[in-house]
Amino acid sequence: MRRPIRSFTVLLLVLAFVLAACQRAQPTPTSAPAAQPSPTPAAAASPTPAAQPTPQAQVTKPTDPIGVLEIKPGEPIVLAWMLTVSGGTAQLGEDSKRGIEIAIEDLGGELLGHKIELVGEDSGCNPEGGQAAATRLAANPRIVAIIGSSCSSEARVGAPIIDQAGLVMVSPSNTAPDLTDPAKHVEGYLRVAHNDKVQGRVAAEFVVNKLGLKRVATIHDGSLYAEQLANVFAENVQKLGGTVVAQEAVSPEDTDMRPVLTRIATQQPELIYYPIFNPAGSYITLQAKEISGLENVKLMSADGLLEPQTVQNAGQAAVGLYLSGPDLTVLGPKYQEFVQKYQQKYGTKPVAGFHAHAYDATMMIVEAIKKVAVQAPDGTLYIPRKALRDALYQTKNFPGLTGNLTCDQYGDCADPKIAVYEVFSTDTTGWPDSAIRKIYP
Amino acid sequence: MTIAAPRRFTGGRRIDISQLIVWAIGGILLAIVLLGSILTLRAGHYTAAQWRDFVVFGIAQGAIYALIALGYTMVYGVLRMINFAHGEVFMSGAMTTFFLADYLNRSGFLKAHPWISLVAMLLFSGLVSMTVAVLVERIAYRPLRGAPRLVPLITAVGASFFLQYTFRGLFGSGVRAYPAIPVLQGKLWVFQKTQVAVFIGVLITLALLVLFLQRTRAGLAIRAVAEDREAAALMGVDVDRAIVTTFAVGGFMAGIAGVLYALVFVQVQFFMGFLPGIKAFTAAVLGGIGNLPGAAVGGLVLGVIESIGPSLFFDGYGIRAAHQLKDVIAFTILVLILIFRPTGLLGERLGGEERV
Repeated sequence: MRRPIRSFTVLLLVLAFVLAACQRAQPTPTSAPAAQPSPTPAAAASPTPAAQPTPQAQVTKPTDPIGVLEIKPGEPIVLAWMLTVSGGTAQLGEDSKRGIEIAIEDLGGELLGHKIELVGEDSGCNPEGGQAAATRLAANPRIVAIIGSSCSSEARVGAPIIDQAGLVMVSPSNTAPDLTDPAKHVEGYLRVAHNDKVQGRVAAEFVVNKLGLKRVATIHDGSLYAEQLANVFAENVQKLGGTVVAQEAVSPEDTDMRPVLTRIATQQPELIYYPIFNPAGSYITLQAKEISGLENVKLMSADGLLEPQTVQNAGQAAVGLYLSGPDLTVLGPKYQEFVQKYQQKYGTKPVAGFHAHAYDATMMIVEAIKKVAVQAPDGTLYIPRKALRDALYQTKNFPGLTGNLTCDQYGDCADPKIAVYEVFSTDTTGWPDSAIRKIYP
Repeated sequence: MTIAAPRRFTGGRRIDISQLIVWAIGGILLAIVLLGSILTLRAGHYTAAQWRDFVVFGIAQGAIYALIALGYTMVYGVLRMINFAHGEVFMSGAMTTFFLADYLNRSGFLKAHPWISLVAMLLFSGLVSMTVAVLVERIAYRPLRGAPRLVPLITAVGASFFLQYTFRGLFGSGVRAYPAIPVLQGKLWVFQKTQVAVFIGVLITLALLVLFLQRTRAGLAIRAVAEDREAAALMGVDVDRAIVTTFAVGGFMAGIAGVLYALVFVQVQFFMGFLPGIKAFTAAVLGGIGNLPGAAVGGLVLGVIESIGPSLFFDGYGIRAAHQLKDVIAFTILVLILIFRPTGLLGERLGGEERV
């Protein structure tokens, strides 16, 4: 009686695993470096900035210290994203991913006669996820460049892996100062998002000069982004004559913030600054006003919470919350056009702050590819990897949606414009205009 | 209590070195905690009201741990296995009920009949979790009943991941916000009304559980199986059925805990079961695994220590951002209790011993 049922269940389970495995598996890429091309002798080698022609004059394949990617006719140019598209931070990554997709659409899905293929890995907004995603991407030899990551902590561990693999990544939303710190920066890493040295300063100026508040408390969640931004903010507040009365930390999985808020309440701050992510951020928003002694405290967060979920999850408690983030209101008509495309394609307005940055990152990479790629007469495309990196670093006054991008030697390419928004309504149907408004500068 | 003593025969009354080291570590930790507490209290940063608030927050959190811990402890009682999928059983109830709550909220029923809605949500969540728990038992545990102990432990972890990612696939990975229940907004004296509701809910559930175990035939069967499975089978107790009942009851309580959790914390997501699951397991061990009142006490103690500990133990030393050490404290207390009372606060209740 029992046997057949059991073996049937086992069979089902095995089948399920096999199916799951099949879905995951990607088609094995044709090993590019092994096959030598046979270029037509008539072709003249087209010289590129960093690529030198090989000794034999007929061979157009460039050489490069960290390798040359070869794309045969009919093969796609593979770009990859490494963003957080699951969990509490999903909106942040999803928004950036859409920026990339629109960029590719604007290019007609094609580059130099090759189709653009987009692959990606979820990086989960934590170091472990960043490491896993970077390792998987590094193992794919067809990838030209990566747009990512979303969270700074992912890049802290992910960027060295990408760098080692000879790839290059451009982040649309990493903002921690640490990543482009001269001592810690790796060559394969650039970003088009602002450095938090700027964001922390603007936030502090807003609090001290505009709101006139002097006693602040900060909370971070142990992530690179949050800790550094909270510290930059605290330093700047002190510089401007304010006092930092408490510097606390929670962990991203915490749900009960009342104890830590009660600790903060003993120091009677006028404002609590918690540049962290959802869901932890929403828990603080929800629970802060319940604490005796914090009934009138002002709450402020940063671009990590600049998404509709912050308002949806906290409801009425979110009203009055200040959020700093990229200033999208001063961007030109090109950005408005982009937003319309976004709306048409996804049926909603942008859901976080870094879609335009992702678009710019993609376009910047495309520009660099165009600069360094060598086309053989048979249609094979060669992309020297070191030259690609160099071309990215040489980006100067690149007209992006977020401003004129110029990269410095440590990979900071942003044209930073920071604003402070205030949540004034719980209606997120027309995000952002229906729920938040810019109040500074 | 009598279990630990006769286990080790080290020849006479010689003092075991490892035992000595363990006691020394325990003593040092205890000294750190005591000194920290004294320093904090002498510094006097906190008002009495704030200490009271810490305790209240801790009890509300701990009551939820307790409810989940009961499921761990009951399953351990009858099967001697740790059902690591229990946290996910808790999650499945809370996640599924979100849709009911959302529907009730949109149709306006929630505002018009808040109490009926609340009861409906609790029952619905309980039933969903119960179904999931029973299915997990049927598919992942029962076929392995005769296997070595480690095997069902592995399938438990597997079942846990399976449930997590099934829910992620079904309902997405985003965080969902429960609608606020108007009658539970605001404060009742110094307590949040939601916390009061949670505490009352847990008490009622506990009372029902005790009644069930003491006064019904099914409860008697569970107790018999927990005492001695073979003997119970020989006496004509349907062991499989008693085990399924255990999972069903444990699952139902986890479902109720899910809704209560959602009342306090408002947000649910597919991963929400993991940490409360681990904490509830800790609570069960803390109170003495297999012991029902122990699980309840363990949950409350753990909740209060987590809430009050970082401030009480570490403020005196001037450690910054001490709240991050909350989990360290919780698990250190577990270590201390296992050193000084290896069977948990109220003692293990395993086969051979009298049940309540």
